Formats: sequence, structure tokens, C-alpha cells
Amino acid sequence: MSMIITAIVVLLGLALIFGAVLGFAAVRFKVDGDPIVDQINNLLPQTQCGQCGHPGCRPYAEGIANGEPINKCPPGGESTIQALADLLDVEALPLDAEHGEEKPRMVAYIREAECIGCTKCIQACPVDAILGAAKQMHTVIVDECTGCDLCVEPCPVDCIDMLPLPTTPQNWKWDFPLPSSALIATDANRGAA
Amino acid sequence: MTAASPIRIWDIPGGIHPQENKLQSLGHGIETPPLPRELIVPLQQHIGARAEPCVAVGDKVLKGQLIAEASGFVSCPLHAPTSGTVTAIGPAPYPHASGLEEWAIRIEADGEDRWCELDPISDFRALEPAALLDIIRASGISGLGGAGFPTAVKLKARPEQKIHTLIVNGTECEPYITADDSAMRYRAEQIVSGIEVLMHILRPEQVLIGIEDNKPEAIEAMRAAVGERPMQVVVFPTKYPSGGEKQLIQILTGKEVPSGGLPADLGMVCQNVGTLLAIHDAVVLGQPLIKRITTLTGDALSHPTNVEALIGTPIRELLTFAGLQPEKLYRLVMGGPMMGFTLQSMDAPIVKTTNCLLAGSKAELPPPPPAQPCIRCGLCAEACPASLLPQQLHFFALGKDYDQLKRQNLFDCIECGACSYVCPSSIPLVQYYRAAKSEIRALDLQQHKADHSRQRFEHRQERLQREAEQKERDRIARAEKAARLKAAKEAEAAKQADSDAAVPAADAPAPKAGGLTPEQKQLKIAAATAQMALKKAQKQLTANPDNADLQAQIPQLEQAAREAQEAFDKAQGEVSNQPAAPAPQAAGEDDAKKLKIEAAMLRAALKKAERAAGDNPSDQQQAEIAKLREQAEAAEARVPATAAAKKPVDETLKQAKLDLAMARAATRKTERALAESPDDADLQAQLATQQQALSAAEKALHEAENSSPIPPPERQRVDKKPVDEQLRELKTNLATTKADFKRAERELKDATEAGGDTAAAERELATRRAALDVAAKAFADYMASKETN
Amino acid sequence: MALVRMTSPHAKGSNHTQTIMLWVLGATLPGIAVLTWFYGFGTLINILYASAVALLVESLILAIRKRPIGFYLRDGSALVTAWLLALALPPYAPWWLTLIAVSFAIVFGKQLYGGLGQNPFNPAMLGYVVVLISFPVEMTSWPAWRGIEAVVPDVHATLGLLDGVSRIFLPVSGEIDGWTLATALDVVKTNNSLTMTELQATSPAFGQFAGYGWEWVNLAYLLGGLVLLYKRIYSWHAPVGMLAALAVMSLLFWNGSGSDSNGSPLFHLFSGATMLGAFFIITDPVSGATSKQGRLIFGAGVGILVYVIRAWGGYPDAVAFAVLLMNLAAPTIDYYSTPRTYGHSKAKRGMGKTD
Repeated sequence: MSMIITAIVVLLGLALIFGAVLGFAAVRFKVDGDPIVDQINNLLPQTQCGQCGHPGCRPYAEGIANGEPINKCPPGGESTIQALADLLDVEALPLDAEHGEEKPRMVAYIREAECIGCTKCIQACPVDAILGAAKQMHTVIVDECTGCDLCVEPCPVDCIDMLPLPTTPQNWKWDFPLPSSALIATDANRGAA
Repeated sequence: MTAASPIRIWDIPGGIHPQENKLQSLGHGIETPPLPRELIVPLQQHIGARAEPCVAVGDKVLKGQLIAEASGFVSCPLHAPTSGTVTAIGPAPYPHASGLEEWAIRIEADGEDRWCELDPISDFRALEPAALLDIIRASGISGLGGAGFPTAVKLKARPEQKIHTLIVNGTECEPYITADDSAMRYRAEQIVSGIEVLMHILRPEQVLIGIEDNKPEAIEAMRAAVGERPMQVVVFPTKYPSGGEKQLIQILTGKEVPSGGLPADLGMVCQNVGTLLAIHDAVVLGQPLIKRITTLTGDALSHPTNVEALIGTPIRELLTFAGLQPEKLYRLVMGGPMMGFTLQSMDAPIVKTTNCLLAGSKAELPPPPPAQPCIRCGLCAEACPASLLPQQLHFFALGKDYDQLKRQNLFDCIECGACSYVCPSSIPLVQYYRAAKSEIRALDLQQHKADHSRQRFEHRQERLQREAEQKERDRIARAEKAARLKAAKEAEAAKQADSDAAVPAADAPAPKAGGLTPEQKQLKIAAATAQMALKKAQKQLTANPDNADLQAQIPQLEQAAREAQEAFDKAQGEVSNQPAAPAPQAAGEDDAKKLKIEAAMLRAALKKAERAAGDNPSDQQQAEIAKLREQAEAAEARVPATAAAKKPVDETLKQAKLDLAMARAATRKTERALAESPDDADLQAQLATQQQALSAAEKALHEAENSSPIPPPERQRVDKKPVDEQLRELKTNLATTKADFKRAERELKDATEAGGDTAAAERELATRRAALDVAAKAFADYMASKETN
Repeated sequence: MALVRMTSPHAKGSNHTQTIMLWVLGATLPGIAVLTWFYGFGTLINILYASAVALLVESLILAIRKRPIGFYLRDGSALVTAWLLALALPPYAPWWLTLIAVSFAIVFGKQLYGGLGQNPFNPAMLGYVVVLISFPVEMTSWPAWRGIEAVVPDVHATLGLLDGVSRIFLPVSGEIDGWTLATALDVVKTNNSLTMTELQATSPAFGQFAGYGWEWVNLAYLLGGLVLLYKRIYSWHAPVGMLAALAVMSLLFWNGSGSDSNGSPLFHLFSGATMLGAFFIITDPVSGATSKQGRLIFGAGVGILVYVIRAWGGYPDAVAFAVLLMNLAAPTIDYYSTPRTYGHSKAKRGMGKTD
């Protein structure tokens, strides 16, 4: 009997000691990390386009933190889904086609001859990438435009086009070589180019 | 330090020994190809910003003339390689692996090859280093060894660092290329002269000239040219890639350039012999960089050789000079076989960094066999001069694991191609690394842009939030004021009629901030709109006192405004006791000004009405005038006595101003009347007298201003564009004819409605239209002529 | 003719995977010759048979995986696997044993991981261990050598070709007497009564310094390995690591020459599959470590494990197990033996932040 009591006492004592140590460590060595919503938001492409169904990237980040699927962002594309999957330790799903498909980067272009200066697009742009004032001509600042598409709808004279960024020798890049099994027979002798 | 004492050399890790294939192009010295018909000089031939053209299409240029200026810090100017005419400035074929075009200046040679005025320096030692650097920069010299960094910038890359070692790169480790070899053999004196210029600029403690041991003639020539000077010719065993800047530094000094840093961080500078040759030409001969030595080689050429070619020469012409056999040509490489890139088109020109053109046949440069999987044999790691693990880089690149790629120091890879050369599975390793590097750079750029966009978005949200809050605050303030005013009025009303005191003031609900019902809001808006319309009409009236329509409209507007206000007040539960049209909405601090303005306007209206009425006012007009007088006086009374410090009034000045205004108005009126009936002699006489009066009035005004005790008002100088008198005249003409035309239209309309004789009106209209057309045309012509100038 | 666009470099060295594989196979020829001399044609027959099985099985698997068969068979890796496996197995292993071993090695050891270059384990050793554990009797039936009749009259070496064929393809299960004998390693392991000198004098399994016959085989493999080193087919780090570690371990734990001796370094170096392992098994680039430093550590690890299992483990020879265990450790060794890159002050060891 006394053995049992001794055992219980010893185990209790050990439990208390280790619990205290763990508790102390949890407080003393606490790492103040970024709140997860901020970390998720930093991975999103910040186009504020709304294609994910949320009115902006931060609301979607909050949604993801609450368990929404991570594959709803077309401008971010596969690389964003991968990054989110790495961050949150979930599986990287393919992009949900319901929300759009991954397209190359576009920028808005206003056909200035047709612009009537109504400022509707300026109010719609989430990053203030359109320069203009009432009854003055509007124009898009290409460097700031994220290609979110939100300005095209409000324009009453439909003078906004979405154009892909041109390829110049400065931003041209080599493709990754194809793996051998993907080479078609006629390409087989031309080297992996 | 004599030239013969041995210098210790180190070995680089890895490296390969490919077949040299250099003998083919060494048999003919340095030849000069014939002058090409057309030269294409790209604006971007080096690392840094594109140069800005400073010539226009059609300009005649001389050889060596500046045709494009450097833009920004890291940039180089361009000079015309030969004399001729600029035929185009725009996208042109460009030597790049992508085959895309790039902006260039096209020059059609006139065959004379005439130099512009040159400025050779007889003794460069007399100049300051800064002056020499300016000459180097102005001569457009960038590195001719391969990377093409603007030399003047490279020499000043780390201004605080003292450069103690100048390394001259005569290594030329890549197979096939013999341009530097030829330069050293046949231009050794000039190269040494260039080295001396740099020595004068940098004052290094030692100068090391590194040459591989497979170039005995060049070594001899350089040793002979150096003679007894304090320069060391260091010979070391041939290995690829010893010629890379970082590798050469390691061989000659045993030190390593820190990752992400420059040789200048170690106090060293490395320059190619070609660049030194260009420096000599620029400083001693005064010639800017317009030519370079290029190797033309490959099995598809029957006469491989080295040429001193003009920069901008189309490749086709050079290859033809070297005996190109097009049917044998399979792969055209700019550069050497290890690091050069393929060209799709022979229309592209050579640029400052073109050291070799390799026209390879299929047997010479066969397509590589299809890649087999990596067997991790490690031969690539043994060959890598940067001690990287190419097989690991390959696997991570396959898996697109960019974090691990960065960890494996992907960006320290110099893309020398030694790993691909030795790979038994023929894997195109360097392509993987290039693709991965550009992917990583693109992703970093994207992330950077996303952060930037996020900031802008957040700032915008904050701004909108602030504006909304501000609006809210203003609205609350206005509502409070309205409430206060209402309370004040109610108190008055209560005092006036005791019975009314019974009416609970609460009936007129002190409108809480935003406490109006929708209908009240509507009425309030209607009242406000009516007020606005009235005010606008009144303003217009002051501007155009003769407009009879306006005069007629104003009473109507006043009526409407009054009714709207009454309706609103009724809805508010208050009897309006303000029959006056412009009822001041709320009293407040800055309403003093509003009241004053209103008083002034009413006074003006009164005066107008009096004048319009003339000497024999009709009854209606009299009534109008009386009413206006009443209102004016009432408004006067309302103006708070504590008026802001009124501007001191100088009566004479004021009178002078008034006189001038009236004289001007009168003159204008007469002018217009004269325009209608140009033959009226009376009018002409009247106009003459009035113009005289006008000039007298102006003079009087000037005198009054000068003698006035009041300081002249601080005029805010607005830089108006100089008024084009002719333009103004045309514009005024156009405006007046337009107005006349419109009046004629109206008259016609009235005439048709009245059912009377429309013929006269129509004729009138036709004349007016003709006049308008003439004026419009004159105006348009003038504008067009202005634009083409 | 349209100019092609290709990535640099445009020149190519003359290394080819096939060449490497063929050299490796060629270097085993001295060992095969010695084996045939001492033990008969069993090894040769097994090599041919195993190669055929390997190529057939690989074709089948490639067909199932929908890959171009000719392209992948031509790199010669299946051939090498089968060849080395045939060298490792006892010379007269029954045909079904070889079949199972080779099939397992090709299918599970290589193709199911994704083919050449993707397998974490040495396929030959994987196949060997599977049959070693499943069929211990057949796997420990080492044949007697030429001239055994003089020493042990009841035992005969199987030297003829037909005899060899019949032993392999028409085995009689269970019949191990008359043509098999214990090897020197077996003898030393089971011995706990005689001293080493006595053992050497009495047991027929001992030759000059190691197992009779087997010492010559090992010397032949050593010769082949040195040729490969000279041709720079692979670097010296892995074999030197293994042999040095084995020698050091056996020096340290020699335990004298009494009855509990573990054997001299010379004994260990030239017995069993030591040389085969050192120059042909652990130099398999796919499953070994990648950097030179890493290979040294890998080889040393194999050597230590071989000795440990031989001396204190349950098996007389242990190269296969040691190699497999170190294959497990190879990725970690890679991460911790990255060389210092040019321009950096020290190497980046480890995997870095994982999240």
C-alpha cells in the first residue's frame, strides 16, 4: 500500500515540476510572431480585385485564417497557393476554376480620346493608380496598376482595355527545359531548348 | 619590381579543359572589313539605362560625333561609327537570345568616313584623374570583355576604397575566341599606354597582367611592350574559366570577391585588354569608342579571322567578309561556345560587348542529345569553379524550390557552363539556373509590387475613412448651427407673439444632427437649388447687364426660391417671415461675409434696375425698384456692424476705376453697334470720342494708383502665358459672331412664332452665319498654323 | 537553313552515362575471371541470366509507365544493377532466387521510385537483402573452390559448365552437402575455441591472409577499382573512406589472436564482399552522398557498420546491410557537408529554416 502511495506522490511531484517548467518556458520564451492574418495577407498579391468573393485581399486573408480554402485567388496563381500551403501546412489544391483562371499580368489602359472625365474609374481603383480629376482626362499609371479589373465596369463609355505587359529584351526570360519524357519525338534531337 | 620576377599564383577549384580551337582564326592578324552601307547602333549596349538620342532623323553626322547621351549614373553615351545620315530612330534588330527588337539609331554611311573634330591629349599625366574619368565616360567606354559595365562607373564604384591592385585581363579562356590574343600581339604598345592612363587615375601599388600559357606570342609582345615599367606579366596554366573576373582575382592574388560584392571591395579593379585599348584611343588619340576587335570563326566560314569592326556593323556583312557559306551554317553564336548566346537573325548589329561571332556547322556544334536523368555522379560539382553543388541546384530547380535554391547560393553561379559541359547525362544545367534565377527575380519583384500595392490600398482606405469622418463632423457642425439658429429664431418668434410661445418650440424640432425626415430633406434641397439658381442668374446679370432675358428671369427665380423656402419652413413647422428671396440660411461667423455679399448684390441689382428703367420707369419697374430698395436696405441692416477691417477706400482711386470701367463698357457697346452697321458715320464718330475717353480714363487711373496712399494690392503673380494678341482677337471675334448668330436664330424663331415677316430675319440669320463661318475658319487656320510651327 | 535557338554552352564534353556504366562493368572483369577460375561458371551464367531478367523486367515496367523503352534501357543502369547483383549472390544461387532478387531490385528498388536517379537505396543491395532474409539457406550456400578435394575429400567444386547450368536451373532443394563449404568469415564468427593460428592451420577456408580463393577475388576487385579511379569515373573519397574506416575499426577491436579474436585488418579487408562493396557498390552515385566530403563520411559510415555487424551482429558478412543503412543517412549527410562557396566565409550547413 505504501508503495502505491509513494508512487502516486512521486508521479504527482514530477508532474507538478514538469508542468511548472513548461509553463515557465511558455511565458519566458514566448515568440511574438506575426498574427497569422498578416502573414497570409503578405502572401496575397494585393490586387484587391474581388475575384475570390471577398471585397479585397485582407478580408480573404481573414477568411483563410478561419478555414476557407486557399485556392480562390487567380492573380496569385499557383505560386501563391503553394506559399499559402507551406505557411499553413495544408495541402496545395489546384486553382478553383470557379473564381477565375490564372492569366498573365495585365494592366489597364484608358483610350484617352474617348474619356469623358467622369472619375468613376478613379473611385473604383483600390490603389489609386488612375490619375485625373473631374472633367479632366484620366490616365492609368502603369507602374501602380495591379490589373485587378475593377475599373473596367464603372466606365460609362467603356474606354478601358486590359492589355498584357509587353515583353522586352529586359524582361524576357529563358523557359525551364522540358523533362525528357515530355519531349515529343520531333524535338528529341534539337536539344532541350 | 622587374617584369621577370615570379609572382605566386593560386589555382581555382574545378574547371575544365575543352578543345581550344583557336588556331583557325589566328592566321590573318587584325583585318579591317569594308565600310558597311548601314549601321545600326542600339541604345542599350551595356548594363544600365538606355542612352538618349540627341540627333534627329535626317541629321548628318560625322564619325565620332555624339549621337546619344548617357541617361542616369550607370549609362554610356554613343557615338557615330562613321559619317553619314541618320535614317531612323526606332526598334531595330538587336543581338539578344530572345530575338526581340530594341531601340537603335540607324545611320546610312556616306562612304567618306570623315572624322569629327578630335581632341587628343598629348600628355595625360598633366590632367587630374577626375578629368580623365570624364574623358573616359564621354567617350562611351564600357567593358569590352563581356559584361559591358560602363568603365567610368566601374572605376568609381567604391569611392572610399583605395584601389591597390590593377589587374589586366588578357586571359581569354573561352575556346575559339582570339580577339584579346590578337590585340595583345599587334597592339601591345597601345594597351600598355592604356594601362598607364589607368595607373595615373588609380595609382595602384601593383599592376598584374594575367595571360594564359596558351598564348606565347602575346606574352612575348606584352613583355616587350611593358619593358621596365612597374607592371607584371603573370603567366598561368590554361583552364576554363580562369578568365572570369572573380576567378582571375583568385588566381593572381588568392583572394575571393565577397558574394554580392565587387572587386573594388578588396581594393582591386579588373579591366579587359580591349577596354584598355579603347581607353588609349580615347585619351591619347581623342577617338571615342566606335570600333572593337572581334573574332570571326567557325566551320561555316572559309576565312576565319580577327577584324577591327565598327560597332553597329550588321553581322551579315562581317560574316560575308569572312567567307560565310550559308548552307553550312547551323548555329550562329555571339560570344564563345561556353557562354555565348545564339542569334536567330543575321540582321542584328554587333555591339560593344561582341568579342566573337561563331558560325558553327552542324558537325561542329551538334545539337545535344536528349537529356537523361541525373545520376548524381558529381562530376559537375568537381568542375564548378565556384564550389557550388550543381546537382543539388538542378534538383531544386526541377522542384522549383526557390528557398533552397537561394540557400545553395544559386546567385553565385557565374553561368560559365563547365557543369553542363561535363554532365554525362547531357542535362542543360545552365538553362535551369538561368530560368530559376529569372523566376526568383520575377517573384521578388512581384512580392515587392504587392507590398507596395498593399500600402497604397491601405493608405487609400485611411484617406477615405478620414474624409468620411471629416464629412460627418462637418455635417454635425452644420446641423448644430442650424439648430442653434432655429432656436434663436424661435426665441424671437416666441417674443413677438405670445400666443406663439404656446407653440411648443419642440414642434420645430431642433434638428438634431441628421434629424430631418426625408420629405423635409427633399424640400430643403429644393429650396437650396432654387437659391442657387437665383444667385447664379444674379451673377450673370452683373456680368451682362444688358441681357433682357436674365432681367426677366430673375423675378421668376426669386418667386420660385421664395416658394421653396416657404414650403421647407412650413415642413419644419415654422412660419417663414422672410419674404425676401435670398434668405440667409444660417447666421454664423463667416456669414458676415455672406450677408455683405448679399447686400452688395442687392445694391447692384437695385442700381441695375434703376438704370434699366431709365428716366421713365413704368409702373412695374417702379414697383421692382421699390422692392429691391427695400431688400437692399434690409440686407444692409443685417450686415453685422462689426465688419472686418474694411480696406481703406480711396475715393479718387475708386472713381478712376469706375470711370475706366464705364468708358470701356461704352466703347465696347459702340464697337459692337458699329460691327452691325459699319457704315454709320455717327457711330464711328461716337466710337472715336469714346476711345479717347477710354485712354483718358486709363491715364487717370494710373495717376490715381500712383498717388494713392493705399498700397497696391498684393497681386499674386500667376504666370500667365504671354497673350497672343492675334489669338485673342480671333477668339473674341469668334465669340461675338457666335453670339450674334444665336441672337439672329432667336429672332427668327420669334418671327416665325409671331407669324410675321420672316424674310428679313432669315436674311439676317444668313449674314450672321456667314460671319460666324469666316471667324471660325480664321480661328482654326490660326490654330493649325501655330501647331505646325 | 533556319538558325536554331539554344542555350549555352554549345560545346559538350565527351562524358556519357553509358560510358561510365560500361567502364564500371569492365572493371569487374578481373574479379569475374578469378571467380570463374576458382568457383566455376556459376557467376558467368548468373550474370547473363540476371542481365536478361533485368532488361526484360525493366521493359515491362517502362511499358506500364508509358515511357520510351529504348531511351531508358540504353543508359545501361539496369545492366549494371543485375551484373553487380549477380556478383554479390552466391555463384550457384538457384534461378528463382536470382529472378526474385533482380526483379525486386529493378521494380521496387529503382523504377517505382521514378527510374534512374531517383532511388534512395542501392537497388542491387535491396534485392540482395530481400532474398538474404527470405531464403537464408540458399544465400549461405557458398560453393567449394578448385582443389578442395585435396583438403576435404567429400566436397567437390563445381567447375564444369554443364554442372553449373544444372545447379542453377535444376536445383535440388536442400542439397548443400558435397559442394558448399563455410567461408572464412563464417568460421571466424562461429569460432570460440581455437586461436587464430590454430584456426588458420586447421580450417580449409583460410588462404594466405584471408579466405582461400576469396582473397584473390578481392584483390581482383581492388585492381578493377584502381583502374576506375585512374579513369576518374568516380572520386576516391567513398572507397578510401570505407576501407580506411574498416581497417581502423578492425585495428581497434582486433582483440589479439585468441579465440575471441575478431580478425586482423588484412583479414577483414580481403574477405567477403569488402572490395566489391568498396569499389562497386558504395560508389553508386545515385544512392550515395553527393559532395566529396559527404562521400568520405558515407564510406566511413559503411566501413564502421560493416565491422560492427561482422563482429557483433547476427550475420557473417554485412556489406549489404551497412550500405542500405547508410543510404538512409545519405540525404542528411548531403545537407551537412555542403562545400564552402566562392565568396562566402563559411559553408551553409543544414537544411535551413523549414517554415
